[in-house]
This record gives sequence, C-alpha cells and structure tokens, in this order.
Amino acid sequence: MNIKSQKDFFSGLMFLVVGGAFAWGATSYSIGTGARMGPGYFPLLLGVLLAILGSITMFYSLVIETSNGDKVGSFAWRPIAFILGSNLAFGILLGGLPSIKLPSMGLIVAIYALTFIASKAGSEFKLRDVLLLATVLAVGSYLAFIVLLKLQMPVWPTFIAG
Amino acid sequence: MDLIANLSTGFGVAFTPINLLYAFVGCMLGTLIGVLPGIGPVATIAMLLPATYALPPVSALIMLAGIYYGAQYGGSTTAILVNLPGESSSVVTTLDGYQMARKGRAGPALAAAGLGSFFAGSVGTLILAAFAPPLTELAFKFGPAEYFSLMILGLIGAVVLASGSLIKAIAMIVLGLLMGLIGTDVNSGVARFSFDIPELTDGVGFVTIAMGVFGYGEIISNLSRPEDEREVFTAKVEGLFPTAQDFKRMLPAVLRGTTLGSVLGVLPGGGALLAAFAAYTIEKKTKLQPGEVPFGQGNIRGVAAPESANNAGAQTSFIPLLTLGIPPNAVMALMVGAMTIHNIQPGPQVMTSNPELFWGLIASMWIGNLMLVILNLPLIGMWIKLLSVPYRFLFPAIVLFCAIGVYSTNNNTFDIWMVAGFGFIGYLFLKLGCEPAPLLLGFILGPMMEENLRRALLLSRGDWSVFVTRPLSGGLLAAALLLLVIVLLPSVKSKREEAFVDD
Repeated sequence: MNIKSQKDFFSGLMFLVVGGAFAWGATSYSIGTGARMGPGYFPLLLGVLLAILGSITMFYSLVIETSNGDKVGSFAWRPIAFILGSNLAFGILLGGLPSIKLPSMGLIVAIYALTFIASKAGSEFKLRDVLLLATVLAVGSYLAFIVLLKLQMPVWPTFIAG
Repeated sequence: MDLIANLSTGFGVAFTPINLLYAFVGCMLGTLIGVLPGIGPVATIAMLLPATYALPPVSALIMLAGIYYGAQYGGSTTAILVNLPGESSSVVTTLDGYQMARKGRAGPALAAAGLGSFFAGSVGTLILAAFAPPLTELAFKFGPAEYFSLMILGLIGAVVLASGSLIKAIAMIVLGLLMGLIGTDVNSGVARFSFDIPELTDGVGFVTIAMGVFGYGEIISNLSRPEDEREVFTAKVEGLFPTAQDFKRMLPAVLRGTTLGSVLGVLPGGGALLAAFAAYTIEKKTKLQPGEVPFGQGNIRGVAAPESANNAGAQTSFIPLLTLGIPPNAVMALMVGAMTIHNIQPGPQVMTSNPELFWGLIASMWIGNLMLVILNLPLIGMWIKLLSVPYRFLFPAIVLFCAIGVYSTNNNTFDIWMVAGFGFIGYLFLKLGCEPAPLLLGFILGPMMEENLRRALLLSRGDWSVFVTRPLSGGLLAAALLLLVIVLLPSVKSKREEAFVDD
C-alpha cells in the first residue's frame, strides 16, 4: 500500500501514539464512574479520542490521492541544533548546573553565548556583526530587564558577584 | 445611564498618567515586535508577557491590551509592506495592500488600515461596554453543563475557521486538552503525567508552550527556507494621507467592515479571521465606481474593509472572554493565561468583584486604539526601517527574548529545557502540516472542561443526557453540530478549501 500523503500519515501516527500513551497512562490512575470521575477519567476519554482521530487521519492518508504526495521533506537539523542548543546553553550558564557543580555564570555571559550559538544557525556568520549584536543585546537586556523591570536573575558570574 | 457611569469609571482608571504610560509602552512594544516579519500576535504577546509581571494587575492588563493591538497593527504593516501576513486575519490585507505599496501608495494603504482600525475599534469598544453587563447576567444562569457545551462550541468554531484539514485541527485541540491536564488534579491531588518531576506537578506553563511552538518552531522553520528575496518598500513612503477621493471610497467600506466584524467577532472561533474574509468578499461583490482600481490590484477599499472588520472582531472577541471567561481564539487564550498569572480568573465575576479592572480595561482598549493611530502614522518611517533589518540580526534577539521570558516566568531553568522541547515539537507540527493555534486553545480550556464535565455529571448522577436535555446546553451543542455539518457539506467544503488556497 502506498502512502498518499506523507504529512497526514505521520501526523496521524503521532496522534495515534500520543493518544494511546495518554490513554494508557490514564489507566494507572483511578478512573471512577461518570458521577464520580477519578483523575483518570477525562484523560482516558481524550486519549482514546485522539487515537481514533489519528487512525482516521492515517486511513485517509492511505486512500485519498494527493497531487504531490505531501512529502514531509528533510529536517533542518542545523537550525534545530543551533537554536535549541543556544537556548540550552543559555539556561545552563544562567542557572548553573548543580548536578555537575557548575556555578551560575549570570545573564551577561549567557547572552553572549546564546547570540554566538544561535547566529551559527543562519546561513551567514560574521564575527564582527555577531559581537556587536551580542553587546547590544546584553546592554539592552540589562537595562530593560534588570534596571527597568527589576526581574530577579543572576547578572554576573557567582565567583565575581559572590 | 449605566453605560456612561461605567465608562467614566473606566476612563477614571485608565486616564491616570501611569496607566496611560503603560498603554503607550504596550502599544509601542507590541508594534515593535509585531512589525518584525514572521512573528504573529501570539508569539509577540507571549514574548512580552514577562514585561508585565512586576506591574499591578490593572496596569498589567492595560499594557497587555496595548501589546495586543500593537501586535495586530504591526501585522497589517508587514502585510502591506512586505506581503507577509503576520497572522491569518491580515492575509486578505496583503491582496490589495501590497499592490498599493508596489504602486507607491503604501502611505494611503497604511493610513486606511490605521484609521479604519481606529474607527472599528471605537465601535467595538462601545459594543463591548454595552453588551457585557447583560451577557454577564446570562452567564450567571450557566451551569456546568452549559459551560461544557459552550466550550465544545468554541473549540469547534475555532477549527472550522482554521485552514487545512479539519480532522487534524480537531486532533490538535484534543492534544492540547490532554497537555492541559498534565500536573496535579485539583480534585484528587494526584499528579498526572508528571513522571515524578516536581516541576511538572504544577503543569506545563502556557508561556513555555506558546514560546516554544510559536517562537522557536517558527524561527527554525524560517531558517530552513532559503532566504527569499523579500521586497521591502523602504525607499519612499510619501504622501501618507489618503486623498479626498480615497476617503470617499474608504468610508462605506469601513462602515461595512466594522458592522460585519462586530457581529462575527462575538462568535466563538476565529471571528476576526472570518470577518476579514467576509468583508473582503462583500467589497469585491459591490460595483466598482468609474475610475476605481479593480480588486487585487490595489483598491483602497480592499484594505480598509478587512482591516476594519478584523479590528472590530478583535475587539468584540473580548466579549466571550470577559463575560464567560472562555477564550474564543489562541490570542485570547494567552490573555486568560496572563490574567491567571496576575491572579484574575476571567469570567462573569470579574465585573462585579473588580469593576475598576473591568471598566478600566475596556476604556484602555479605546485609548490603545487611539494611541496606535497617533503612534503609527507618524512613526511609519521607523517601522519601515525596522523591516529592513536583516533576519540574521533578528532571530538571535528573538531567541534571547524567548529564553529570558521563559526563565523569568518561574525563575526556573527547568522551563528553559521545556521550551527547547516544545521548539522541536513546534517545528515538527509545521513539518507535518498541523496548525498549532488550536493546540494552545485546547491547552487553556483543558482543565476548565474537565472541571465542568465533572460537575455536570456529578449533578446529573452520571447521566450524559444532561448535556442535551438542558435547553441552553442542548442549543449550544446543536449549534456546534450545525457548524460541523455546514463545513462538511460538499459545496461549502470545496469553497472553504478554495478560500484557503487562494491566499
């Protein structure tokens, strides 16, 4: 059997799996009855519904003809890795990682790291521009978030600020 | 005259210098971010939400409303100048607006959008002020069964208007509802689907989802496309003001658009989107006056009507939110989340328990609209400059604002890990052609739906027929069913697909 619409097939599969997982997870809580709903009642209902919707989507994707096969296409791993990576680096530097005793490096360091890593996701990378951007963002964020909005977050590395 | 008394209470609150300042800052920031291509109002509001954390609730809501209008207006600016609709409801604006810009008439197009929106917004605000109290009365008659049915209607309404596959949109809602259930169950105290992670027992933060899916997901998808030649009209936008002739043509279009928008905006679902489409269709059906440019080639009515409709709809879509506490679309869902952060549970009780907040917000909506006109018409040159900033400078900044925003919600790095996950999921959704907006709506409504279902079934002793035997509830469900049937009718179905392919 041919998959007529890749996008629909895989989204259907996703709904089926996630719905099934939620429904299965819900059975570990007490279900109860309609009049006395337990914590598992509504999730079970929805999980089953989602799985059914997923199956229908998959079924359609196998029988309804599309003009171009609705290909999912290749994943843009480079932006995924750098955007999400920059975000993770930001979190690690800002909050530190207690599990490996990495102290917090503070907002400013984190901003520079984020800007550098994120910029790698684009097609162009000019060091001078990125440095400039990072500096503008660091100063701007300091003024906006710390001075003006008084958000509570570490600004400098703990070994400097104490 | 209750209306006048109420409105004057509201203006008394909104007209304090400090709140005016917040409205101004909100509009300014909203436009600033909203103008950036590829960022819709949902991402804008999510990103700027942390900026309101430190404020008292009234000021925070006023600022948020400003951000909302600014984001909407910024969206139409990009639609006209870059042919990139910031959100679905400004899709129609691109049709004639971009053509006007290409003919060197970007100024009048932007002015038409701005003035039309202001007029529509003012009318919408008055309607909101007039209809909110009686609707609130009605809301107190609602039992849990009615609320549950109303939410069903709202969710169905939202997907009916979404583009693309209906069944996938419904599945996205259900997925959102399920995600909304993650965390501690209020009734039994059981932590559901939290995998023993302490942070998850509080549930997934909606800011996390909104930023991950709408912010990161879209950035990744934007970066994966080869940089297309974006034609931005930065060179010259001169002759800002429409001519007398333009005004004569605009006026009836604005009036028609406003009427249509005000009515359709109240409906659950993407009222503003439907209103913009309908307003454009109506304008297209009216006869062209001699010497008028045909539609699709830069007719000013094709900008004024959908923009007015869209803004009037945006305004009246606050009605179900403020009176019933039910968000009709993803942006309003975000507003619910914002209100909850400031310890306000939206719903009929807000007006009685917190009249200053309620009427202050309504008054500030009008002020926000006024500010947009004052702010945007002279500042158009600045927004255009912003449009010419290359994307490689923009996206790291957006990533940073999202990261700071997510962190500051709970001062917790756990949320930063979560947002990365949702960023990937958001990209996956885009790749698979699943629209994410219904997910957010479902996410906000999940716990509310469960609670109302639980109460309704408790009262009926487990009898599901209560949803159809109670007249109000039955009527709402019938309306939802009717909507579904209409969309599935073969003739409407093909039209619907056509309308979304058109753009």
